[in-house]
Amino acid sequence: MNAHDPIVGQAITFEVNGEPVSVRAHPVTRLSSLLRDELGLTGTKVGCDAGDCGACTVLLDGEPACACLVPAASAEGRSVRTVEGLANGRLSALQASFLEHGAAQCGICTPGLLVTATALLEKNARPSEDAVKDALGGVLCRCTGYRKIIAAVMEAWRHDGALDRRLPESGKAVGAAAVRLDGVPKVTGAEKFGADGFPENALSVLVVRSPHYKARFRLGDLDGFVQKRPGIVAVFTAADIPGKNCFGAIPSFADQPALAENSVRFRGEAVALIAGERTAIASLDLAKFPIEWSEEPHTLDPCEAAKEDAALLHDGRPGNVLTKGMVERGDPDAALKGAAHVVSGAIETAYVEHAYIEPEAGFAHMDGDTLVVSACTQAPHMDRDDTALVLGLPVEKVRIVPAATGGGFGSKIDVSLQPLIGLVALKTGRPAALAYTRQESMMSTTKRHPASMTAAIGADTDGKVLGMVFSGDFNTGAYASFGPTVANRVPVHASGPYLTPNYRAEGRAIHTNGPVSGAFRGFGVPQATIIQETLYDELAGKLGMDRLAFRLKNALTDGDETVTGQRLESVGILACLEALQPHWTRALAEAEAFNAAHESRKRGVGVASCWYGCGNTSIANPSTIKAGISRDGGAMLHQGAVDIGQGSNTVIAQIFADALGVPLAEIKLVGADTAITPDAGKTSASRQTFISGKAAEKAAKALREKILRFANVSPEAALAFEPGVVVVREDEAVRRIDLASLPADGEGYVFSAVETYDPPTLPLDEKGQGKPYAVYGWGAQVAELEVDMKLGTVKLIKITAAHDVGRAINPLLVEGQIEGGIAQGIGMALMEEYIPGRTENLHDYLIPTIGDVPPIESILVEVPDPEGPYGAKGLGEHVLIPTAPAILNAIRHATGVLVTKVPATPTRVLAAIREARP
Amino acid sequence: MIRYAKPSTLDEALALLGEARWKILAGGTDFYPALGNRPLSDNVLDINGLDELRGVSETASHVVIGARTTWTDLIRHPLPAAFDALKQAAREVGSVQIQNVASVAGNLCNASPAADGAPALLVLDAEVELRSRAGSRMLPLQDFILGNRRTAIEPGEIVTAIRIPKASIAGSSSFQKLGARRYLVISIAMAAARMVIGTDGRIERAVIAVGACSAVAQRLPELEAALVGSRPGREAEQAVAAVLFAELSPIDDVRGSADYRRGAAREIVLRALRGALGEADAEIAA
Repeated sequence: MNAHDPIVGQAITFEVNGEPVSVRAHPVTRLSSLLRDELGLTGTKVGCDAGDCGACTVLLDGEPACACLVPAASAEGRSVRTVEGLANGRLSALQASFLEHGAAQCGICTPGLLVTATALLEKNARPSEDAVKDALGGVLCRCTGYRKIIAAVMEAWRHDGALDRRLPESGKAVGAAAVRLDGVPKVTGAEKFGADGFPENALSVLVVRSPHYKARFRLGDLDGFVQKRPGIVAVFTAADIPGKNCFGAIPSFADQPALAENSVRFRGEAVALIAGERTAIASLDLAKFPIEWSEEPHTLDPCEAAKEDAALLHDGRPGNVLTKGMVERGDPDAALKGAAHVVSGAIETAYVEHAYIEPEAGFAHMDGDTLVVSACTQAPHMDRDDTALVLGLPVEKVRIVPAATGGGFGSKIDVSLQPLIGLVALKTGRPAALAYTRQESMMSTTKRHPASMTAAIGADTDGKVLGMVFSGDFNTGAYASFGPTVANRVPVHASGPYLTPNYRAEGRAIHTNGPVSGAFRGFGVPQATIIQETLYDELAGKLGMDRLAFRLKNALTDGDETVTGQRLESVGILACLEALQPHWTRALAEAEAFNAAHESRKRGVGVASCWYGCGNTSIANPSTIKAGISRDGGAMLHQGAVDIGQGSNTVIAQIFADALGVPLAEIKLVGADTAITPDAGKTSASRQTFISGKAAEKAAKALREKILRFANVSPEAALAFEPGVVVVREDEAVRRIDLASLPADGEGYVFSAVETYDPPTLPLDEKGQGKPYAVYGWGAQVAELEVDMKLGTVKLIKITAAHDVGRAINPLLVEGQIEGGIAQGIGMALMEEYIPGRTENLHDYLIPTIGDVPPIESILVEVPDPEGPYGAKGLGEHVLIPTAPAILNAIRHATGVLVTKVPATPTRVLAAIREARP
Repeated sequence: MIRYAKPSTLDEALALLGEARWKILAGGTDFYPALGNRPLSDNVLDINGLDELRGVSETASHVVIGARTTWTDLIRHPLPAAFDALKQAAREVGSVQIQNVASVAGNLCNASPAADGAPALLVLDAEVELRSRAGSRMLPLQDFILGNRRTAIEPGEIVTAIRIPKASIAGSSSFQKLGARRYLVISIAMAAARMVIGTDGRIERAVIAVGACSAVAQRLPELEAALVGSRPGREAEQAVAAVLFAELSPIDDVRGSADYRRGAAREIVLRALRGALGEADAEIAA
């Protein structure tokens, strides 16, 4: 609001959670900001400031409203209820139900859901599923896939609010469906996400961004701009960056400036920072910022960008090719030539936005000469290293204290605002705070790579796959980010989990002036799987084989070699496909019966598989876990595997507890603060349960051994903790270790251990042969749906998902991953298409709502992996991979046509139907 | 100097409107998204203090929907079957959160081609009541929305009510919304139909409107005329298949192609027709 407006400071008196309050504010201030900024009620989240996400829902005189759309003046005399007002000394029945059902993952949408559902339950204590969906249709969740939310609301009436955490006894933690250990703050509103802990005196930071895809720019009189505006403290540009103005997730490809120097390569690129007092920044008109743009021709199309005469985005990357990946085995051309049946096709996919409900946010401040950054993140140590590099600080002078992260899905691995707020704090000495707007988040951070792929697959008359060739161009946007990872991961995985003796797959990452494509759940594999699995259906059709039987026939089994020549063990794909067989048979029969009776609507059933290597591809990927026994008898687990909602705080602790031999309830978590917790790597590549879990297992065992050795007992001895004492029991003998009487290290630990685990992989040779991953996870899904043949709309009926997780460390969290991954797969298949400059909000860019995710039946398959902790394999990305191809295959089953460009919007589905039946 | 005012009477509001240019703040559901994170640049006339503008009432000749009446107010107010299309549309406007604060009139003032309220109000022959210090005037809805984001509101004027002539609340009605997801979605296309069946069992009056397939939602007079006198069922459906829908001029956008919209419009009109006629196989569009 205008700082000079005399009406700033109008008193607004209302009731919040039963307490009268009076606040001075401009009457047009959004109620969300009044609650958060003036009253400190940060449980009300801001996800879009446009009514598109519902995260800010509060009850206004008992009725749900988006607080971001309510003028402060409208609160006058009314009663406002926020998430902080739901618990009354103890959790409400609904809050407890949410936790027990695993309905909260990252937790950023949870307050909005709880508040909205509370209003429903107050009118209708035992709502139907449809009533729940109708009530919650306006609150988006990106993690859970909504099914557990529906269950939690429908079952809330059973609860009295007494939370059953289902904490397992000693030795039984692995495999227990324990309620997530970090859950309670997510349902009370106490959780502090990136934007929830800004210091009072922090400077607000505004980022000036390019409105153009490609342009040169000249900055004008910045000092004059600052001086003319009271409350504006400084403007910073590339010239102010003390270090190397270049960051990137993969250091050898780093190419992105924190603040652009003279020219920009994509719309949304940061060019300057304005720091000022909060009210001054809020009333700042950016249109007056002194910058002169000269726009230049750009391309968003990788075909154009790859042409010989195309302008290069980066020196040294001819053809705008960032990198290529290739895997070749046998003689695929000869195999296809000799195959009885060959199918080929082309598929295109769109930019997909991560659309976590929490836009990037955080603050930075100086602690002596150490820069401390507290922001949402998936990779605190990478943030530390990149921020230190850009700001010219030694890494030990940068400390990352991760805020709770409201969803990441890959995009919060790259740094975003960390170096920017870091620069302001470093230069001004004052805390600096920034929360991206939704538009800013969407335009400036990474996306899933749009892919343009072709492939051919051949089989013999018995239905054995003989060979496959694949070629995929991936639009990597303006900067490298994880483009190389996509180009390399795709060729390794494009065969699907099927024995493919002759194979060639090439992936190219090509620069354009589009948004930076980076990491997004699956690193290109979800795209590649679409073409492989849709061609498998076509091949089965040519062979006259049942589509599931064809997959069963070709599924990899123990002892087989992958396309990279890796001999496998503990292969779970066959078990997953077999588990789906009865569902497949039922679904096909039901669809057939339905279709016999209906003309304008047709049902279809589709199946698709996945395999996915856990951890980095062929390069070192260690996790380190530290733990100690404090003098007061606490078992402290320094858990650096950032929990962005997926559950590593719980899963790592479960592994640790069993390996240490103590009850899960005894474990105390120490967060992923880089100053006190060693590097457990980034939360990506489905690596935390496997790699950090293994490191936790090793650390627990080492710690246990130290205690047992001190107590001079055998490995069978049992441990228990009492205040200040470790009790060691072996048979009848009991030994009490008085911790207070023993020396402690600098951190106050009497016993401690630090262990690192790095999965054993081997490099890929020039033909992509080697052992890229130590562990793979497997899965397959069946999609059942109905297509409206007149409108091209698709209604999902059910998804059945069988996933081999090796060992389900926490089955509730496994289901949560499956359901959430499927929801994102549904979005990718049917509605998500990010168009730069056009869909920079959550009403033009659509993600699934609670009404778009059908019932999901999860089948947990456990084929233990000898390498993984307690046999566990990774899961987080796998779950998304089969969904889109299974849906496309089901659409084809229903309609007879394959949609070759995703998302399969009603326009595209109907066009395909019309083309096939003119 | 940017002004803010929250009058408590309509007269006070009209006086202010006569003094300066104002942006009107009612439900806020279009106001705030349009403002984004920029500072205010217009005077703001907050009409949320005008209690007299809220609620559904009746005069001898009209059902009157006050300008501050929310979608939820409308859903909860008992109304004859001719309003079913409007109530169905009300449940599809944004989310419950939006319906609780957004006003029916605001949906028209925002003049989006995809305004969910427009087709259902068109089939009710709705009129828009405008007031200024100088007096009041009434415009048929077709003449109120002039184009994409353009209305006939003159400086100094404010919409005070939407009025439905009682002569137009005969028959029953139905609304169809086509979107790319289940909830909280901007329509690709939508249709509303109100049908009056005569004593001979034939269609006596047909009123049909389509939204999001032209800059402003359109009535389909050619189809309406073709339907009159036909029997519900196959005869009526043949009439839908036979006319051109020349009133529509759909465009390509992120939600759908022009071609797609043209075909879909016909299909959802058919379904709205079936719904209004109470035919059992009416299918939900999306």
